[in-house]
Amino acid sequence: MLTIATGNKAVAAAVKEVRPAVVAAYPITPQTEIVEQIAEYVTSGELDCRYIPVESEHSAMAACIGASVTGARTFTATSSHGLMYMHEMVNWAAGARLPIVMANVNRALGPGWNVWAEHTDSLQERDTGWLQVYVSTVQEAYDATIMAFRIAEHHDVLLPVMVNLDGFVLSHSMQRLETLHPGDFIPPMELPHAIDTAHPAGYGTLTGPDDYFRFRWDIERSMRRSAGIIAGTEQEFADRFGRSYGPVHEYRFEDADVVVIAMGTLAKEAEVAIDKLRDEGIRAGSLGIRWFRPFPDLDLGGRDLVVIDRDYSFGFGGILAQSLKSKHRIDPYTVIAGLGGQEVTFDDIASFVRERRPGEEHWFGVSDDV
Amino acid sequence: MYEVRIHSRGGQGGVTAARLLALAAFRDGRYATACPFYGAERRGAPVVSYVRIDDHPIRVYSQIRNPDLVVILDTSVMDVVDVFQGLKPDGRVVINATGTQEVAGHATYSVDLTGIALSLDLVVAGSPILNTPVLGALAKMGIVSMDSVKMAISEMFTDVRNVRAAKAAYQELVP
Repeated sequence: MLTIATGNKAVAAAVKEVRPAVVAAYPITPQTEIVEQIAEYVTSGELDCRYIPVESEHSAMAACIGASVTGARTFTATSSHGLMYMHEMVNWAAGARLPIVMANVNRALGPGWNVWAEHTDSLQERDTGWLQVYVSTVQEAYDATIMAFRIAEHHDVLLPVMVNLDGFVLSHSMQRLETLHPGDFIPPMELPHAIDTAHPAGYGTLTGPDDYFRFRWDIERSMRRSAGIIAGTEQEFADRFGRSYGPVHEYRFEDADVVVIAMGTLAKEAEVAIDKLRDEGIRAGSLGIRWFRPFPDLDLGGRDLVVIDRDYSFGFGGILAQSLKSKHRIDPYTVIAGLGGQEVTFDDIASFVRERRPGEEHWFGVSDDV
Repeated sequence: MYEVRIHSRGGQGGVTAARLLALAAFRDGRYATACPFYGAERRGAPVVSYVRIDDHPIRVYSQIRNPDLVVILDTSVMDVVDVFQGLKPDGRVVINATGTQEVAGHATYSVDLTGIALSLDLVVAGSPILNTPVLGALAKMGIVSMDSVKMAISEMFTDVRNVRAAKAAYQELVP
């Protein structure tokens, strides 16, 4: 069906199609609409699911873990401080190899108290063993949420997936949305290590160094395999539903001399800047990084790079730029922009490209010589 | 691309007006986005909402700087916000007010949305509903079709008085 919807409503609509058995959630702006809408689906009977309103985000993830380990498909949503509060359980979900899907509506961390878009919240969870995808349109939020379940539940993965969308800018923006019925694209969930009273086993007991080490290696092995599972899932999605995605979204990239790299809605806004720059005779292109975990392998050689980080690791640098630098031999111009919802327009992005200084880091609107 | 900026106060329905306009444009077969700019969500605070309408997919998320149309649901906002900032030279203005309004250099249309809402007893939590009647005014100005306005309102609201309010504003506004 063709309609228009907010990012939040799109995520909820996708969850409805995938039919989780359990949703446990605690509302936090700007994701509240997601769990409100799911609660309405449950109330109206459109979604047959156990909805558990809990007293905190830590409990939300704990409830998801408890449900998922029985083999139940499980979903929750959070944002910013809610994600920080559930951090301990976020680690546990991945360590316990539970294919939980969570939408995180990216929002800055206080203080100062701020509800607007920033990626530092989810990027602080990058080492937990969750797969992470960052979306840039309402349609992509919908499609990525559907695919997240299939990827998480694949037996070569069995890791949780976090779908990240920008607070307000995407969560509250209305855009065109085409909904779909996934059918057998989402097969019933089968968790090989689900608890089973016929075969009692111990879970979460003390694990010695050797076994623990092997468990950690197994997470990394699955994370490495997940890149192929993601690619296969996205290919099948494209074949069946007609919309293609990949680890990155390329825009006028092939012949570009200078490439803007960003995540979320800024990657989409950058495309307008690229068209402007091309009109001026600058051969520019852009790359929207979609999957941050597993981190993509890219061929960036021989081009100038402008990385926009809507996040920061204090005393180190922009997290996206530093990640790209550690994986590839590159020396990008890093622009820290959009923190706490700072307004960044396509005109601003075009000037980042025109005024780029490879190797330097620039805090947009604050100082030219940090 | 046609860009609309809506000024209102929290609780008056400016955000919903933006979403209705986008939905109506979408039902006209066009691409549309509605992006509210949220401050702290509280009743009475000035709120700005944006709508973009185009024949191609819209990739811009940043706020509208040079609107083609400014819609003012509450004239008291004009005392605290420069509502005409960046308005294009040929940009137009719609004001919720009684009597004729003039904004120097711009085609200005006034329509008594508050009066229409009150006459239909369209009041929620003490506030007259302005977001459905204003859609009728925007249809009269040719931004969206009245058929799509009716469709959009019916998709979002069950109370038939909302469509009646839009029709009343459609009739009242003199283009």
